[in-house]
Amino acid sequence: MNSRTQFESATGADGVVHVTLRINGTAYRLPLDPRATLLDCLRETVGLTGTKKGCDHGQCGACTVHVDGRRVNACLSLAVMHEGEEITTIEGIGQPGALHAVQSAFLARDAYQCGYCTSGQIMSALALLGEPCGPKDADVRECMSGNICRCGAYPNIVAAIQHVRGKS
Amino acid sequence: MRSFAFVRTDDVSAAIAASADSSTAQQGASARFVAGGTTLIDLMKLNVERPERVIDINRLPLDRIEPLADGGLKIGATVRNSDLANHAVVRRDYPVLSQAVLAGASAQLRNMATTGGNLLQRTRCMYFRDTASACNKREPGTGCSAILGANRTLAILGTSEHCIATNPSDMNVAMAALEATIHVRGIRGERSIAIADFHLLPGDTPHRETVLEPGDLITHVTLAPPAPGSRSCYLKLRDRASYEFALASAAVIVTVVGGRVARARIALGGVGTKPWRSTRAESVLTGEPVSGPAFRKAADAALHDARPRSQNAFKVELARRCLVHALKEVTL
Repeated sequence: MNSRTQFESATGADGVVHVTLRINGTAYRLPLDPRATLLDCLRETVGLTGTKKGCDHGQCGACTVHVDGRRVNACLSLAVMHEGEEITTIEGIGQPGALHAVQSAFLARDAYQCGYCTSGQIMSALALLGEPCGPKDADVRECMSGNICRCGAYPNIVAAIQHVRGKS
Repeated sequence: MRSFAFVRTDDVSAAIAASADSSTAQQGASARFVAGGTTLIDLMKLNVERPERVIDINRLPLDRIEPLADGGLKIGATVRNSDLANHAVVRRDYPVLSQAVLAGASAQLRNMATTGGNLLQRTRCMYFRDTASACNKREPGTGCSAILGANRTLAILGTSEHCIATNPSDMNVAMAALEATIHVRGIRGERSIAIADFHLLPGDTPHRETVLEPGDLITHVTLAPPAPGSRSCYLKLRDRASYEFALASAAVIVTVVGGRVARARIALGGVGTKPWRSTRAESVLTGEPVSGPAFRKAADAALHDARPRSQNAFKVELARRCLVHALKEVTL
């Protein structure tokens, strides 16, 4: 290969990277510090605070969002890496009065206590419905292990998910 | 997190050029590739990693799994862990690899983490992650806080007086047992490296973890065709049932003919400073009848050189039993 191959920095002289992020179906043209995580960008720049910051190190799952339909930890991803991808947050799946089935199931099964982890739990649960996950409660627990609930609402979270899957 | 310039490209040559002026590809590198980001961004937040330039390689055409003409498999560097683990051919021909990947991290992290990134996964040693602590891996020459410190989760094989950090990867253990080949492209062209030669023992240079040089980009990994008649599995033991690093793990691939072990490939995780292939255990086991005592002899051989520290002596027996159990799993 030619070792003199040129590359171009996306970062401007002002340290800013301009990207367009598609969030819940809306395009946002954003000037971003490349250090901004997708999580901080959603909460601080776009103002979508439904996605929560727990550990900020990929260990709790509170920040779970979907990128092109797959669940990821928004805290361990740079916002500038997601130009052109479809980002879905808790605000994008349902609204008061028009809840998603997973949200309704969490309500019906009392699948939370303090609620801080809940948006991450719901985004994870929604993604799980389209993943290879076995039928048993134990399978759901394994597939949901990336979402920590310090209140310990796990039994009801599993019940809510199994309800949506028609396994309860 | 320190400021950095963000570079994005869909061209492999441009990505390599953008990283080639770093003084090292090891700890202290001024340029880093980012794919999933699950290790790098975590360590950048802790100021353990302080690259001046971050090169986004997610748009490079390295995200495919393709069968090879010889019956083997080619796995692109940016193939996500979840896609690797759930791929039909991987599940059928290399169950040890699928199981190892699924034993690691969480569903979210597996959707992000890549094959190349996992080969370069960094240790979870708490002193490496804490810039207030002495750590020869992070800051060469500062000493090792772990040897006399909280070392319960740290390595017992391949350690030195300078570093006892564990390689935390599950995928790497399966790759070691599968004798994977790692393909790298750099400023001087392409080369391939056996996984046994890819990771370095800490010795007196624990900051050097792999043979990669500035500009080197892992492009893909290749696997040989599965050994005919072999069975494989990955067994991982840890403090909680999921979403936790291994205290000890075993990847085994065994072919049994007429009640005797005709061929064995054995690697251990959670106990070594690198993915720990044990050719000694393989030799001890080959030709032996399938039996508990033979498995125990192989496990004794695998742990023969173990050097436990103040808090991790339990890992010696844990790793032995892990290996014995894994061998029973694929043979009985």
